[in-house]
Amino acid sequence: MPYLPHGNDDIKQMLKKIGVDRFEDLLKNIPEVLKGDVSLDLPGALSELEIQQEMQALLAKNTACHQTISFLGAGAYDHFIPQVVDFIISRPEFATAYTPYQAEVSQGTLQAMYEFQSLICELTEMDVSNASMYDAATAMAEAVLMAKSIKRKKNEIIVSQAIHPLYRMTLETYAESLNVNLIDCPIKDDLTDKDALETLFTENTAAVIVQSPNFFGCIEDTATFSINAHDHDTLFIQGVDPISLAILKTPGEADADIAFGEGQSLGNHLNFGGPYLGLFTAKQEYVRKMPGRIAGMTEDTDGNRGYVLTLQTREQHIRREKATSNICSNEALCALAATVYLALMGRSGLKQVAELSVQKAHYLQEKISELPGYSTANSAPFFKEFVIETPIPAKEIIQKAVDQAIYAGIDLGTYFPDRKNQLLIAVTEKRTKAEMDRFVEFLAEL
Amino acid sequence: MNIPKELKYSESHEWVKIDGDVATIGISDFAQSELGDIVFVELPEAGDEVAKDGSCGTIEAVKTVSDLNSPISGEILEVNEVLEDEPTLVNTDCYESGWLIKVKIENASELDGLMDAEAYEKFAG
Repeated sequence: MPYLPHGNDDIKQMLKKIGVDRFEDLLKNIPEVLKGDVSLDLPGALSELEIQQEMQALLAKNTACHQTISFLGAGAYDHFIPQVVDFIISRPEFATAYTPYQAEVSQGTLQAMYEFQSLICELTEMDVSNASMYDAATAMAEAVLMAKSIKRKKNEIIVSQAIHPLYRMTLETYAESLNVNLIDCPIKDDLTDKDALETLFTENTAAVIVQSPNFFGCIEDTATFSINAHDHDTLFIQGVDPISLAILKTPGEADADIAFGEGQSLGNHLNFGGPYLGLFTAKQEYVRKMPGRIAGMTEDTDGNRGYVLTLQTREQHIRREKATSNICSNEALCALAATVYLALMGRSGLKQVAELSVQKAHYLQEKISELPGYSTANSAPFFKEFVIETPIPAKEIIQKAVDQAIYAGIDLGTYFPDRKNQLLIAVTEKRTKAEMDRFVEFLAEL
Repeated sequence: MNIPKELKYSESHEWVKIDGDVATIGISDFAQSELGDIVFVELPEAGDEVAKDGSCGTIEAVKTVSDLNSPISGEILEVNEVLEDEPTLVNTDCYESGWLIKVKIENASELDGLMDAEAYEKFAG
């Protein structure tokens, strides 16, 4: 259904009420020179049938993951999404991306946001969660801004080189104009190098960021990094894969100060790379420095339970250039999908998703590394994603695999020029043994 | 409206109490009543330098957030840490226990630009 709130009669009525004859009269204060020529050279309107055909033709150009055997990952994962998720988030009551400022007409959306926060707090074992950010990359950048605001005069952030390179690039964009110095912490065997980290702390270090599982799928020793950071009066920021938290140590357990993550894998489709869902959590003591907003539970004057947005006064509609962050929208619909997904899966369901992903990923890694010419690129423990050393450039394997309807993985050479013969492979619970065996067979025949 | 005679006032509704070379600064009764219920006060740290009319903190009420501006320049000597847990003191006792910061007066001439109680009453009225 098209979403057109005003019919011609409504518009006529509104114009009459304010004493204006035509809509164009409302714009007459704008100088003609600024209006310019607004006539657009567009093709004529199409009928519904024609536009459907046009869209189908465009869609047919894409090969979606469900039409292939996909081992793509690197932050965007093809986990199973029960039909109920799409059914519930498609209800028209939820169909808005806008922040529900008006509590009296937005109780359902606000309650969903409150439940989202509660679930994310439970999953991460952190004290507070906000009502969502755009994606993991911007959530990480916001975490850095927050750390700088907490540590005030300190402006160095130590960033592990095992952080997703795209998150890192987003952070660089933010840091460029904000007097933040990013210090690289090297990696060893695809894990953040503890000894190297120890030498990087200075009196200006505000925070250390480590992602676990990291970009290479490897599980980092977060608790130790957290202790190191705190020993140097520095904050510890942890990036997480929410699915992994069902079985791995949580940022809460690791005593992280701020934890962020990509929430796409929780009930959200791959969506051609977006919209995605930024997860953002922190310790209670830093709640006033958090970006975004929080839905809070309260009571109205009659003692009924109600939900409102809190912490919003600090944001851009009043604070403008002094706001804690300038995130203006939110990802309420993606957050709702995550909420429905987590509620459906429950504690044991999510654990099963995580365990199946781990087991299948380890099966595939073992099978591939047995092939002549292939080996594992590191010896670090991993979750659902791993790096394979390939006999020919990974790029070539990926191209050949597409012809067999297989998405083989991510070419690490894209991000690291010296790693052209390495393939990053992700396995979710959706991959079957038959699919994995077919992939192994394909690699063997190359 | 309570406007103590012995204090000086700024156009951004801060009050200043002068004690030797130390200025204690808070917000006026008018300011607190305009803001409404105050839920959070963010203050600078002792040792920070503040410029005249420079922002050195925020006062957050239920429906708005206001900058705290220092009417004079100088080093922050002390901040009212009690407000971290009890921000409502700014509402209930803005001239005494609800004070905000103490600043070392470095340029006494800056005080000349401030209003006395009578002038402030006219200004705020």
